[in-house]
Amino acid sequence: MAEREPNGIEAEQLVRVFKGDIHAVDGIDLEVAPGEIYGFLGPNGAGKSTTVHILTTLLPPTSGRATVAGFDVVHQGAKVREAIGAALQEAALDPLLTGREHLRLQTALHDLPRADRRSRAQELLERVGLTLAADRKVKGYSGGMKRRLDLALALVHRPRILFLDEPTTGLDPQSRTALWDEVARLARSEGVTVFLTTQYLEEADVLADRVGIIDHGRIVAEGTPAELKAQIARPTVEASPHDPSEKGAVAAVLERFGEPTPCSDGSVAVRLAHGEEELADIVRALDAEDIRIARIHLHEPTLDDVFLAKTGRSLEGADEEDPEPVPTAT
Amino acid sequence: MTTAAQTAELARRSVVRTLRQPANVVAPLLFPMMLLAVNAGGLNSAEQLPGFPADSFFAFALAVPFIQGALFATMNAGTDLARDIQTGFLNRLSLSPMRSVALLAGQLGGVVTIGLVQAVFYLGVGLAAGVRLESGVTGAVVLLLLATLIALAFGSLGAFAALRTGSGEAVQGLFPALFVFLFISSMNLPRNLIEIDWFRTAATLNPVSYLIEGVRSLIIVGWDTQALALAFGFAFSIGVVGLTAASWALRVRLTRT
Repeated sequence: MAEREPNGIEAEQLVRVFKGDIHAVDGIDLEVAPGEIYGFLGPNGAGKSTTVHILTTLLPPTSGRATVAGFDVVHQGAKVREAIGAALQEAALDPLLTGREHLRLQTALHDLPRADRRSRAQELLERVGLTLAADRKVKGYSGGMKRRLDLALALVHRPRILFLDEPTTGLDPQSRTALWDEVARLARSEGVTVFLTTQYLEEADVLADRVGIIDHGRIVAEGTPAELKAQIARPTVEASPHDPSEKGAVAAVLERFGEPTPCSDGSVAVRLAHGEEELADIVRALDAEDIRIARIHLHEPTLDDVFLAKTGRSLEGADEEDPEPVPTAT
Repeated sequence: MTTAAQTAELARRSVVRTLRQPANVVAPLLFPMMLLAVNAGGLNSAEQLPGFPADSFFAFALAVPFIQGALFATMNAGTDLARDIQTGFLNRLSLSPMRSVALLAGQLGGVVTIGLVQAVFYLGVGLAAGVRLESGVTGAVVLLLLATLIALAFGSLGAFAALRTGSGEAVQGLFPALFVFLFISSMNLPRNLIEIDWFRTAATLNPVSYLIEGVRSLIIVGWDTQALALAFGFAFSIGVVGLTAASWALRVRLTRT
């Protein structure tokens, strides 16, 4: 294992097996540098939340080891919890308490000096834009407000490392952008290390310094978004014939320009062998074969292409698979 | 932060939550009073039975609401804790430096507080209705203490059910079962006046009978050492069993390292 960093996260061959021999996490190695935003990208059931539960000390691993902020997650759980803040997948709030009461309880449990509790709560309420709703019961909050309060609660004790488990799932675009801005500010201005799980490609692409792609409990690719996309490098052309019976003929033409890749029904796609300049040649070739095309488009590699290349499936189509076991006692 | 301070914070939250659920406040206050009124109205001829230990059936039956109130405490403690598990709030608490014992003690501290308020209310209604407490002012204090201990004991059973199952519905399913214990006790007649053999045997084996009889002794007898010893003994024993089971269930539930 690499040299320990005070704000870093490291894991070595982390495994968590649930009842029924379900390997929710199946040998994960991780190294997250201090101040980095690490995006953990994968479909539902991939093992993201189980990994977060292990790293936040809520669930012991079956085997392997991990350190967070330099502390072993199994043997120094209390030390780890002092260093981290976490907003888990469901906003963990009490619907009968107000936002301010939540913060009051958290500041007390984290043993902030009594004189600082009120001001810290107010500061966080302002930061997440909940000042006006602070004295309303949480059951009347929107999904976005709950997420923002959840984030504020995770920040009460000024953690060095922040775990965010799918923090923007279900949020409207405006709330999502606001949360991204705050997470980015925490990392850039305050040096907080952020471990962010997401199933949104855009979120990982925009926010993360580095991305780990997880599937079936294993990391299948890791690097900066640019590095990952560079692994795929070549753009893809996807074409749909006007007459569905001509799909085979379209495939025959496109395959002259690159290798086939999975795509939606009714379409044919190939990863181009030489780059986007071949598009004009493809159009001419289709025309020469007298094939009418309903749609044709070229797209640059995305993280979904990386996922597709590494797993053989599209991330956006992978969500209907077996859900991840709920990480509770076994 | 000390465990006591953490407990106080969590007990405060428990009380606030309960007060913000009117059904959880009103039902434990009104339903036992309604049952008392119905029973006292319908069964007051029991006063004429030879050997009946009180002049007023109302005074005799006044002990029952204290136990019923404790049963509601079981529900409240358990349902609130189950909701914390279901919403993930327990995980949030687990990520703080909160000690496990403070979580349980805080939840039960709230239950005890509400249980005490209920007991004061029942006693107040009884006194307002003309019941004279044979054990006097000191007896009132002991009665409140016993009622609080009973609420704590039943509350710990509710907490155990919640922690074991993680389901509010499962906790609510426990309520009718506990009510059966109440109805097959000496709630409506002294055991020696119950003529049906199996019922008298069941009431004699039922710990709830001794809890009722302890409370009742303070109201209609004065200082009955044996009844009080049995009531405190059973309440304490149920509490120990409940707390031990709840602590174990909490350890299993909180798998944090």
